[in-house]
Amino acid sequence: MDQHTVMLFAGIGGLLVLASLVGFVLKWRAGPDSNAVIDNLNARINAWWVMVAVIGSAFLLGQTAVILLFYGVSFYALREFITLTPTRHSDYPALVAAFYAVLPVQYLLIAFNWYGMFSIFIPVYVFLLLPTLASLGGDTTRFLERASKVQWGLMLAVFCISFVPALMTLDIPGFEGRHLLLIAYLVIVVQLSDVLQYVCGKLFGKRKIAPNLSPSKTVEGFVGGLALATLIGAALWWITPFTPWQAGLIALLINLLGFFGGLVMSAIKRDRGVKDWGHMIEGHGGMLDRLDSVCFAAPIFFHVVRYWWVR
Amino acid sequence: MLETLVAYSVIAGARAVTGMRSLWLGTTPIARQRIYYANHASHGDFVLLWASLPPALRKHARPVAGADYWGKGTLRRFLIDKVFKGVLIDRQRTDPSRNPLEPMFEALSAGDSLILFPEGTRNLDDEVKLLPFKSGIYHLSKAHPQVELVPVWIDNLKRVMPKGKVLPLPLLCTVSFGAPLTVGEDESKEAFLDRLSQALLELAPKEEI
Repeated sequence: MDQHTVMLFAGIGGLLVLASLVGFVLKWRAGPDSNAVIDNLNARINAWWVMVAVIGSAFLLGQTAVILLFYGVSFYALREFITLTPTRHSDYPALVAAFYAVLPVQYLLIAFNWYGMFSIFIPVYVFLLLPTLASLGGDTTRFLERASKVQWGLMLAVFCISFVPALMTLDIPGFEGRHLLLIAYLVIVVQLSDVLQYVCGKLFGKRKIAPNLSPSKTVEGFVGGLALATLIGAALWWITPFTPWQAGLIALLINLLGFFGGLVMSAIKRDRGVKDWGHMIEGHGGMLDRLDSVCFAAPIFFHVVRYWWVR
Repeated sequence: MLETLVAYSVIAGARAVTGMRSLWLGTTPIARQRIYYANHASHGDFVLLWASLPPALRKHARPVAGADYWGKGTLRRFLIDKVFKGVLIDRQRTDPSRNPLEPMFEALSAGDSLILFPEGTRNLDDEVKLLPFKSGIYHLSKAHPQVELVPVWIDNLKRVMPKGKVLPLPLLCTVSFGAPLTVGEDESKEAFLDRLSQALLELAPKEEI
């Protein structure tokens, strides 16, 4: 592990120690009565420790471990998505293909570094294959809706998320051997944007941005969180191939995309009548609740870097 | 020894495939004699309900299963007798002189809890949430009025293991336990069965396609 990675994780560790201290003091000041917001905050901080430890271990183990980690992430996300979007008996072949063929093949294509295929496999080949499988079942009830659900699940949970490990396939002059830092940059900036929007919203939030979609998103949280996370993104330029200005602009772009991701995923959740995608991450909800922003940011971040920085 | 090992493998497998989330909405998991009655759409139903009970309750909760299927073959017999400690009933009434409910009466008299599917058979219709209940559960409740009936809605397992398919889909399943009911002193069979199925339907998710 190079010096920058060590410094980065030391910084994250310090941040988490600080967050845990703040959580502890808040809990202590609130006294013996339990306060739902503070308990949720502490649950979220504890879950962050676990998530950072998991990502850190994968980084230590190397590229294959990182690909396997995101394979797992995609699996849990796809499972949450399909669980919440009902399908019918005759969608079984399409769902078997999604879980047991499309998901592993997408990650194999990334492991084999086959850009020409992994970037179109799900949007083109799978897009045409899945409705074919569904139509062979002969059930036309809500056909378009059902086909879209499986395709959307794969696009969000597998295609979009797989662009995080796909960053390791980019050949950037002068940045050899440091690809994991690019993944760290994307995940840190987008997740910090989520956290800071949450914190700014809790502290200063008044005007709701989209009351029908998400009661917790406010103008104050959005502006404050986005601005702070963009500054942090600029300040982290030393772990990227970007200059400070470029790093700031890219951070702004991925933070905006992350915000859009949160909005769209909230709209789907509201439509399905649930608050969270799942329950696997204490305090956060499901895998997709934590990754909605990364889903939207990852493919665009990948293509921006590929277009301007790859020779 | 072997049965304990198999039991834990079954529970671990059920958890890995379905996530196995149990929600105790109307009651708490206390060690009291009960009849857990649930919707039936998949062969895996009783396994999932049985596995999602806490160990202390699971030890005394005996799934009611059809002798026509589970009584055949060494492996099935081992699973149903030793691992699940099931109560086998004669659904076809091969011996008309015997009351098919008899094994369940015996289990209740011995103080065991039951896991029961009052629809009698698997509901394979996507459009219907619950088939009409068979009357056996009414007679059991009349004979043992102190035993609470707990409605249990098993959600999504039909999608995990669709009829006639071998490979399970790894979707998340929820097992929701509702508020217990008991039979009224002069409640009619029809009224009681209706009340039971309403209580179960209230645990079901609102809309499905």
